[in-house]
Amino acid sequence: MAKRTGIEVSIAVSDAVKLVNADVIAAYPITPQTHIVEHLAELVANGELDAEFIPVESEHSAMSACLGSAAVGARTFTASAGQGLELMHEVLYVASAMRLPIVMAVANRALSAPLSVWGDHSDAMAVRDTGWIQIFVENGQEAVDNVICAFHIAEDKRVLLPVMIHLDGFHLSHMIEPMFLPEQSQVDRFLPPNQYPLPLNPDKPVTMGDFAPPIIYTEAKWAQEQNLRASKETILECWCSFAEIFQRSYSPVESYHSEGAKTLLLTMGSFSETAMVAVDNLRAAGQDVGLIKLRLWRPFPFEELRQAVRGAEVLIVLDRALSVGGPGGPVCSEIKAALYNETKKPKIVSFVGGLGGRDITVAGFENIITRGIKLAKTKSKREFEIFGVRE
Amino acid sequence: MEKFSVYVPRLTTKKEKFAPGHRACIGCGEALAVRLACKALGNNMIVVNATGCMEIVASQLPYTTWRTPWIHTLFENTAAVASGIESGLKAMKRKGTGPTQDIVVVAIAGDGGTSDIGLQALSGALERGHNFLYLCFDNEAYMNTGIQRSSATPFGASTTTSPAGKMSTGQFTWKKNMPAIVAAHNIPYLATASPSYPFDLMEKVAKGAATPGPAYIHIYSVCPVGWRCASDLAVKLGRLVVETGIFPLYEVENGKYKMSIEPPQLKPVKDYLKLQGRFRHLSDDTINMIQERVRREYYNLVEKAKNGR
Repeated sequence: MAKRTGIEVSIAVSDAVKLVNADVIAAYPITPQTHIVEHLAELVANGELDAEFIPVESEHSAMSACLGSAAVGARTFTASAGQGLELMHEVLYVASAMRLPIVMAVANRALSAPLSVWGDHSDAMAVRDTGWIQIFVENGQEAVDNVICAFHIAEDKRVLLPVMIHLDGFHLSHMIEPMFLPEQSQVDRFLPPNQYPLPLNPDKPVTMGDFAPPIIYTEAKWAQEQNLRASKETILECWCSFAEIFQRSYSPVESYHSEGAKTLLLTMGSFSETAMVAVDNLRAAGQDVGLIKLRLWRPFPFEELRQAVRGAEVLIVLDRALSVGGPGGPVCSEIKAALYNETKKPKIVSFVGGLGGRDITVAGFENIITRGIKLAKTKSKREFEIFGVRE
Repeated sequence: MEKFSVYVPRLTTKKEKFAPGHRACIGCGEALAVRLACKALGNNMIVVNATGCMEIVASQLPYTTWRTPWIHTLFENTAAVASGIESGLKAMKRKGTGPTQDIVVVAIAGDGGTSDIGLQALSGALERGHNFLYLCFDNEAYMNTGIQRSSATPFGASTTTSPAGKMSTGQFTWKKNMPAIVAAHNIPYLATASPSYPFDLMEKVAKGAATPGPAYIHIYSVCPVGWRCASDLAVKLGRLVVETGIFPLYEVENGKYKMSIEPPQLKPVKDYLKLQGRFRHLSDDTINMIQERVRREYYNLVEKAKNGR
């Protein structure tokens, strides 16, 4: 049985990459992702992980090197954040459309300007449509478990898609948390070797990355859409077999005291833990509130989400990113879209908060819920509110 | 040599890794150079292709011209993708999970993909010392997008973004010396080549592929469409460019310069320029200025080769 120990989340993520015995790590340093790749470089330097560490000259090259590595069938990992993820942007689309199973940890960070090394979800939202499977984790244990699961999902022959694990920069990446680090034997039992079906190999030449004329481009995109959508079944399967071995289970949408609750708050990432305490406090004070945590961001879990909010009267969505000049929070937009055609649906209130590393405390979440309930009744003229902003 | 045409084909393989049937323009010097390079590379190779002419003419879902493993992803990242391929193969070979044979990783890109947008990725890959061969097929402008100037476009050439006009003599900058930039990375092998000297080109490609660590070959590639010249001139121009000293053929092996061909006397650059529409607006004064610079740079290079470095 694995032992529960205190460990920095970034270090634990790199240890997970060691446990899956990755072949290639290509990475460029960017705060707050640095501890992950520093520790991986150390593991390789000490011979604890037999891998090639490519210290590339930019994130664009980091992801490009990952394309090459995955295309020859090597188990491939990288990590990035904020501006780095943005510099990778065009390469991300290629990774998914060419069905290259790469795993990337993203220590979520705000986007410039003004420069901010601190956390929010602006970087994640900017890469929403890149075709990657995207999972948000809320604590160190989830980060470790889901990095291991990510390889299982990505390399599954029915999937063959890259996977991003989003963990909040600093608020999660730099925390020291108690967690169970899986045993090597458990991981070996759980994760089969990577057997990419058609790697670049002179024994059996393949052409990868042809251009597509209009007569076939649409079909290529449709195939990709089918592929990403269908991956949800494999993700659920993977989490199931993970639970069998590790006794920890995950689902696309998680609920906390939401059964029959009139008011629901929806959060993503590490803020969910703080929000849980706020929900406890409000329930102790007699309020009928619950929490929904959206873990699987892509493919979007429409059914699970609709199920989770069924019966609620008010749904308050907290976004950690701002769609400037648009409807406010990008997550809230998607939630609204997912529920629009439902005959019975809650009133939806959009908050944006926690930008550029600004903390939201337990009291903050209590305020958000109370204010949200009020806004749902009074009909604000605003599309959304930025929580705690000095106007 | 008697019966030259009978014996020469026996000196090289008949196998074409770059198969006929692709859609390169008539008289394309680059397709010729790619075909020759492939003959020199053999069976155990993986080609990484930047976006550009060779990618467009040789791929189109669901067809391919490549009889060898081939990958194209983006424009500026060819050297980085090659880094990943080389590292992946290396790790898997060491761990006993991948191919056991030695595979040559060949990155190919045009002049724009090399000396402009792909310069950073190339510099990074050279500096890190990956074991790969980079071939730059230089047709001196962005031909695939419609003849826009690049930093490799020669002075005075009229392109769609450096047009000659009342206030312009065409390209106003001198061709970026890409081989010199590569040489500054102190890689083990660097060469220039022209398909008009096919055996020299093939020898250099084979040598580059056999070199442990990074190797770079800068290959002159005539583009009749972009240069506005007759489509039967690719081979002739490929010789003239060497004979005038505009594009000298040389090698830099472990820092040591060596001329491949030294014409006893340089031909005037005018012989080369006058065959191409892109230079036809140039005045005698401008041509003299070009002549002066070509001569100076050529003899600087010859001097370097004499001293070895």
